[in-house]
Amino acid sequence: MSNAPLGLSIQQASLHYHGADKATLDKLSMEIPPGEWTCLLGRSGSGKTSLLRYLAGLLDDKVDWHGEVKCSDGLPFQHRIAYMAQQDLLLPWLSVEDNVCLSYRFNKQGVSDEVRNKALSLLESVGLLDVRKALPQTLSGGMRQRVALARTLMQDKPFVLMDEPFSALDAVTRHKLQRLSYTLLKNKTVVLITHDPQEAVRLAGRLYILTNSPAQAESLALPKLFPPRELDPESAHVQQQIFHRLEQDND
Amino acid sequence: MINLTPLASPPKNSRRARNGTPAFNKSFHTLLRAIIIVFAILATWQGLIVVFDLPSFILPTPLSVLDRLFVRHDVLMRHSWVTAQEIVLGLLLGLSMGLFFALQMLLFKPVKRWLLPILIASQAIPVFAIAPVLMLWLDYGIASKVVMAAIIIFFPVTTCCYDGLSNTPKGFLDLAHTMQASRWQQLIHIQLPAALPALASGIRVAVVIAPIGAVAGEWVGSSAGLGYLMLQANARMMIDDMFAALFILSLLSVVLYFATDFALKKAIPWEH
Repeated sequence: MSNAPLGLSIQQASLHYHGADKATLDKLSMEIPPGEWTCLLGRSGSGKTSLLRYLAGLLDDKVDWHGEVKCSDGLPFQHRIAYMAQQDLLLPWLSVEDNVCLSYRFNKQGVSDEVRNKALSLLESVGLLDVRKALPQTLSGGMRQRVALARTLMQDKPFVLMDEPFSALDAVTRHKLQRLSYTLLKNKTVVLITHDPQEAVRLAGRLYILTNSPAQAESLALPKLFPPRELDPESAHVQQQIFHRLEQDND
Repeated sequence: MINLTPLASPPKNSRRARNGTPAFNKSFHTLLRAIIIVFAILATWQGLIVVFDLPSFILPTPLSVLDRLFVRHDVLMRHSWVTAQEIVLGLLLGLSMGLFFALQMLLFKPVKRWLLPILIASQAIPVFAIAPVLMLWLDYGIASKVVMAAIIIFFPVTTCCYDGLSNTPKGFLDLAHTMQASRWQQLIHIQLPAALPALASGIRVAVVIAPIGAVAGEWVGSSAGLGYLMLQANARMMIDDMFAALFILSLLSVVLYFATDFALKKAIPWEH
């Protein structure tokens, strides 16, 4: 299998929760380019998390879905994602190292020495090798999210779905972690849900705002600089546009 | 390679208490507290005897009970060993049954609807009411007391364990699902470990109430055990012997509780 990044195309997607009065998403279409970060913004309840959870295979028995989800290599999308949520979801009974190796407990390969070496190398790359034996509750929020990032990288999936993974962190930690994630997730196709226009403008290779109800995706032009972008007048202008668009949708 | 400085350091010395007092001082304070509690109980006890001028066949003095503990230590130890076995075996049986039924209720939803009335009934009927039947079925030996202790702890263990298993944080299960974990793998790697703090609460309750089941069984019919000894001493108006047996029983329960609590804290460090 080639290691080239994969893209994803979602066409005419409708998502309707069982028992709900109306659809959450309707005729939503978006292109998720390979090897880039696609950021989804929208007001609360706009359907961003529903879309991400559906893509992660977490809503299969709860929704009716119509539409097409197509990978650029033509193979099925299922089982080719890694998921990173707002909470770090570190298992409190496992050490940092064992949490990073978690996905290997669920496959036939198991946690071999080779797997452990890979985990240690990833922990080194997120700067946490010295706390590999610690339990998660002894770590700060930023450290825990870095362990979650190492766990996500350990899965080595072509698609990474992120549901506001930095939102609970303080501004400086968030800024550091955004850069670290962007660097380490190079060559992965990332879909990031965020409420933070600054984060979206900083990281996005493609940016969509989910508007209306049922939601549809609206693409927004981004600054010319490549991500991760620093705050400059152009970025500030795009942020202002996002705020303006979100306020319009709220009215 | 990205060079990162840790955003926060984990606690360097986990044996230190929160206020910076060394662990030794914490243990010393615990011991001191225990000594003060015991002294207060003994002083109140002796005070009641002096103030109300109580005769020894109503309430013996702490010293006379202490004397009986030394003089009859061999008899007390022999009967304590029987009761201790009943409690420990009852705990093992009750915990295994509780865990088994909690798992059944989790894995097979209809089982819960069928089993819940039985669970509630097992608590609604006083253990004293079923004790004679158990003697009839299981004889006057240790088995009937083990079952009594198991029955009395069955409900709290089952409900705590079931609550723990069914309230696994949804995010953990979602994560495991995205990693293609099977139902069985989710149970073993996620739900069971996540349920351990709830199960630990059930076990703490169980170790306190299991002696009640064992001693109640001994009162209804037995030829050994602290309950049997207390019954015999009471019939012969040897109240100081009865208090000596009662003291051993209390000590047994307290030691069992704190030993269990210590073991659970070591085994489940993420509990608190």
